[in-house]
Amino acid sequence: MFAVTAAALLVAMCLAMCRALLGPTAYDRVLALNNIGTKTVVLIAVLGFLNGRPEFLDLALAYALINFIGTIAVLKYIEYGDLGTSGGSRRRRAMEMEP
Amino acid sequence: MEQVLSVLIWALLLSGAFFLVSGALGMVRLPDVFTRMHAAGMADTMGAGLILVGLCVYSGANFVTLRLVLILAFLWFTSPIATHALAKAALSGGAEPYTVGAGDGGTDDGAGEGGGAP
Amino acid sequence: MNRVLWLWGILFALWLPLSDHYTGLFLFFGVLACTIAVFFGARMGIVDRESVPVHLVWRGIRYVPWLVWEIFKSNVRVARIILAPRVRVDPSIVHFRASQRTDLGRFIYANSITLTPGTVTTGIVGDDFEVHAIVQEEIDGSEENEMNRRVSVLEGEAA
Repeated sequence: MFAVTAAALLVAMCLAMCRALLGPTAYDRVLALNNIGTKTVVLIAVLGFLNGRPEFLDLALAYALINFIGTIAVLKYIEYGDLGTSGGSRRRRAMEMEP
Repeated sequence: MEQVLSVLIWALLLSGAFFLVSGALGMVRLPDVFTRMHAAGMADTMGAGLILVGLCVYSGANFVTLRLVLILAFLWFTSPIATHALAKAALSGGAEPYTVGAGDGGTDDGAGEGGGAP
Repeated sequence: MNRVLWLWGILFALWLPLSDHYTGLFLFFGVLACTIAVFFGARMGIVDRESVPVHLVWRGIRYVPWLVWEIFKSNVRVARIILAPRVRVDPSIVHFRASQRTDLGRFIYANSITLTPGTVTTGIVGDDFEVHAIVQEEIDGSEENEMNRRVSVLEGEAA
């Protein structure tokens, strides 16, 4: 039964990857990547049970953390153009730059 | 008892897989990034949730279950934050939300209404 | 001070099963790590009602099952929209006021809205919520008011 679940996860990941490749805007791609990351977490957990090695769950936990931080970092990069900027929206920054 | 547990685990895993696949299908079919967020949220909440609960039932009461619960809690705490950050970034980045009046109403070719990537 | 002890206890209870070693040396390392983390947290002044909301635990136990049931119901609704032969969405962005008094209450309410498929919180200014819904029926009327009321109860009386 874990094999069936893993197969369904892989199908869902393929569909999300289609969106990541097609996605007209950068936000579609980020959304698809975040979703693939979530599915990877579940896939690692299922594969751990499939192989009878529940130690994989520690990897899934670490991957969940990294996936969240990675999504936020990519969004911040898209929003501000670099990762060192603090606060304020792009709109406000553009307004400040105008004389 | 064994039979009942086995059926329960099958039901949880398969319904979780159903929500995952239909969420991913929604990501392909829906028209713009905001509506796709709802489909992605489906896969994040019930898809991952039901599969992880099914694994919990399979493993019984031990530390493995506790780890699964931790993963589930973490996913359910972070998924809305990431979705909200994405929605806010998309709005301030100039993506136009799809409305029925603007398009021809409910096409399934997935033509995005969003603005160009910044 | 009470919250500092709570935080230490929670961190150690988290550390113990993740490490899964019960020899003296490893327990000592765990105690040391938790103490250092809590010490720095207390020194930075970030151990307060918002970061360690232990006062919400008992009422939260009653809120979470209801939220999970709501999430399940709206999952089924969104799945029916997606799996219909012809996708009929009617997305809209609506504004409404929330009745929570604290930022923590608004945070819980906004996250509950986003966690429920079909609705995503796109912005909060003060108590004005901006919510994107996949079909307008997802957001109007009794359901959101019910969630609003329950989060206000969860938030409690004390401000």
